[in-house]
Amino acid sequence: MTAACAAALAGCAATASDTTSTASTPAAPASSTPTAAATFPMTVKAGNGAVTIKAKPTRIVSLSPTATEDLYQVGAGSQVVAVDDDSNYPADAPKTSLSGITPNIEAIAKYNPTLVIASQNTGGLVAGLTKLGIPVLIEPAVATLGAAYAQIEQVGQVTGHADQAASLTASMKKQILASVAKAGSGHQSLSYYWELSANPFYSATSNTFIGQIVGLFGLTNIADKADKPADGGYPQLTQEYIVTAKPQIIFLADNEAADGGQAPAIVAKRPGWSGIPAVHDHEIVGLNDDIASRWGPRLPQLVAAIAQAVERAPQQPAQ
Amino acid sequence: MRKRIALVAAAAFLAVAVLVAAFVGAADLNPLATAAALLHLPSNLGPLDRAVLFQIRLPRVVLGALVGGLLALAGAGYQGVFRNPLVDSGMLGASAGAGLGATLAIVYLGGTGPGTVPIAAFVGSLAGVAAAYATGTAASRHTVLGGGVATLLLAGIAVGSFLTAVQTFVLQRSASDIAAVYSWLLGSLSAASWQQVTTILPYAAVSSLAILLHGRHLDVLSVGDEEAQALGLRPGRTRAIVVAASALAAAGAVAVSGLIGFVGIVIPHVARRLAGPSYTSVLPLSALLGAGFLVLADTLARTVLSPAELPIGVVTALVGAPAFVWVLRGTSHVGT
Repeated sequence: MTAACAAALAGCAATASDTTSTASTPAAPASSTPTAAATFPMTVKAGNGAVTIKAKPTRIVSLSPTATEDLYQVGAGSQVVAVDDDSNYPADAPKTSLSGITPNIEAIAKYNPTLVIASQNTGGLVAGLTKLGIPVLIEPAVATLGAAYAQIEQVGQVTGHADQAASLTASMKKQILASVAKAGSGHQSLSYYWELSANPFYSATSNTFIGQIVGLFGLTNIADKADKPADGGYPQLTQEYIVTAKPQIIFLADNEAADGGQAPAIVAKRPGWSGIPAVHDHEIVGLNDDIASRWGPRLPQLVAAIAQAVERAPQQPAQ
Repeated sequence: MRKRIALVAAAAFLAVAVLVAAFVGAADLNPLATAAALLHLPSNLGPLDRAVLFQIRLPRVVLGALVGGLLALAGAGYQGVFRNPLVDSGMLGASAGAGLGATLAIVYLGGTGPGTVPIAAFVGSLAGVAAAYATGTAASRHTVLGGGVATLLLAGIAVGSFLTAVQTFVLQRSASDIAAVYSWLLGSLSAASWQQVTTILPYAAVSSLAILLHGRHLDVLSVGDEEAQALGLRPGRTRAIVVAASALAAAGAVAVSGLIGFVGIVIPHVARRLAGPSYTSVLPLSALLGAGFLVLADTLARTVLSPAELPIGVVTALVGAPAFVWVLRGTSHVGT
């Protein structure tokens, strides 16, 4: 219990005075859902449509690493009884062998949850749990920063922590804005390559969530030329193109990936890559893969890492 | 005569495929400058373009030729040994073993370096064939199926299914690696390098030589084990050598490119249509045609959507399947 409190200080403090404080301040000013912030039963609109939650959930199962981070950061950590096998943050979340990708309804039901949050409805998850009378929220991968904030606020709302969620997103916005303000948002002359995987080389275009985040700094994405509607913004690039596009910054989101991992030093040694500006200027940025692939409360850290690389990059005039 | 013409045509096909592949790509290199650079003449290709040509494009073309040749040769070897036209280079647990090896490496050895997956796939592929062969030979002593060939194939199917089940189980336990494993399973030459070429060259040389030298034996074997024995051949020994060599060829290919389908089963049939059923010509033709076909398929994979690329397995089947049907139709009057 103390460990949980240490990890989510704000959360524990609020849980104690929860019912009274939220009841007396019915509309948190920063919240996007001002009406009836913590009156149960409540109905919210999630990825799987309208979901009604009868009472404040006290036994939450999270099947999504992002949702797990959301829950702990909005102060609902003490209500979480189980998280899936990919939820590795915060470290003291009750990690189990439950899978969010191939969910087992019976195994989930064993935890007797009063709310289940997942990022995708696979394996009949929603239908199965609904049959058991367990409410499920699907909080899918988002396409915009605004949607990421809204999702965190919804997680706060359904767990009875709307106020903390609102102040969390407000602080995230502030940190992100500060990073962008410091590094500048007009770097059109800087080009970058975002690597999701090597062999084959998958990247993300400006239309993706991650592309929009890097776009805050105005950077030019080399993957945009390969954008086809069919690949959902994640094209597989040919190596020839990556090299001749001469990106000035390379972001590695496969830094700790399964296939051996692509540390900056390994990337620099790839045959034929030595002529890339990012390689000879040492502008290869190994990101935290988890933060770079989630859409949760640690986004400001990702933005800060990008800002650092942008500030460090040799500023070249547009050719 | 027909055989000789077919061989010359296949060699020309490979040469054209390699030339085309060397000149096209996402980098849009100037063709004249590229030609000059390739001939070691003074060329105005910049250092970056030079790196693209010599470090990225050429190793990919050469690796594609090697992989295509090995897969087709292994497929032809297996088809000869098993007297069965539906057999391909991934049979006898080879693909399943490679898949399991790669999955284990990705899931449990992730982060230990980029070289682990190829080695694991290579070992897995050979281990899969060894397990299937041992099971099959042991079982054929106790069955009424006789001949050993059918039992061996069935054992291969059983071992393959078992290994695939283990692979799925392992993957299920580590869902975060699904994307990496899936990419590998689809096959890819996108990170080809000279290092990969030199790594598989010895295996390619040894296995190709062993298979090519057994063309006449496979022809004798095609009349049946007993007849072959009567003609002074030892069917078991020939089978063991060709299976081992084909397994080595397929394992070498799989290690550097993942699982590329279609080449191993279809190319030998094209070879047969061109020059008749004798393995003395089917084997070398398969190697040449397989090499040329994969080089062309990979060229399409990396240029059709340029600067994006397609998974090569998609191209081999999408382009290869209709082309194969056309070959079957167009030559059906020649007979089997």
